[in-house]
Amino acid sequence: MSLSDKDKAAVKLLWSKISKSSDAIGNDALSRMIVVYPQTKTYFAHWPDLSPGSPHVKAHGKTVMGGIALAVSKIDDLRAGLLDLSEQHAYKLRVDPANFKILSHCILVVISMMFPKEFTPEAHVSLDKFLSGVSLALSERYR
Amino acid sequence: MVEWTDFERDTIKDIFSKMEYEVVGPAALARCLVVYPWTQRYFGNFGNLYNAAAIKGNPMVSKHGTTILHGLDRAVKNMDDIKNTYTELSVLHSEKLHVDPDNFKLLADCLTIVVAAQLGKEFTGEVQAAFQKFLAVAVSSLGRQYH
Repeated sequence: MSLSDKDKAAVKLLWSKISKSSDAIGNDALSRMIVVYPQTKTYFAHWPDLSPGSPHVKAHGKTVMGGIALAVSKIDDLRAGLLDLSEQHAYKLRVDPANFKILSHCILVVISMMFPKEFTPEAHVSLDKFLSGVSLALSERYR
Repeated sequence: MVEWTDFERDTIKDIFSKMEYEVVGPAALARCLVVYPWTQRYFGNFGNLYNAAAIKGNPMVSKHGTTILHGLDRAVKNMDDIKNTYTELSVLHSEKLHVDPDNFKLLADCLTIVVAAQLGKEFTGEVQAAFQKFLAVAVSSLGRQYH
């Protein structure tokens, strides 16, 4: 399920429309992930405040979306483009890759809420494929 | 037996009471067929599913989307016994329709996204959690009679 030229164009187009809201998207996606999938809290036990929109959550949402922005810019070779991030997730953060799917789903839900007209089924399939590709690239260095 | 909090019960009943089944059902099924094209395998007799526009405009897809939501409605009306409410439907999907139960989750995810688009800001994390819990119970009950 690799990204076709059509997928890449769709992702870039959608990103151009939503990127100015990327901080808000990251904040909402991460906030609701923690609420909807409480098991993900285990990765953030070192934060004093895990409530939606708290400073740590907000800052981290921004960080995550920064990674997504990087991935969009490296869409032609996600594996190479995200190698450093993969090393970080594999050796330092050791996030179980199942959680990439969970956060991806939350990102899709937030985009659907914030941009219902732009998030057509066609845009959805390309973005879903893209996020799957990002997740795969992030897992590259795991084993 | 599944335990529902008052918030979860109220949330599910509220969402479904305000929902336009003939809009949300078709939108969710069409989205599923576009986003996860292998699900089209179950609709060989639906005619033209060649592209997103064809899928969205296909009257059989629309009709079936509405049928699916009415099926979910049964679970909404019997939240304390979804398992038994869905026994026959589960047998149907297994024995007659031969649907891989993994597909139920795909449709559930698309329905979540369609409802999120409809509710916008009202679709808070807590609401999403309740909605996804309800769908997970429905999905699990639908898969229960498979053997």
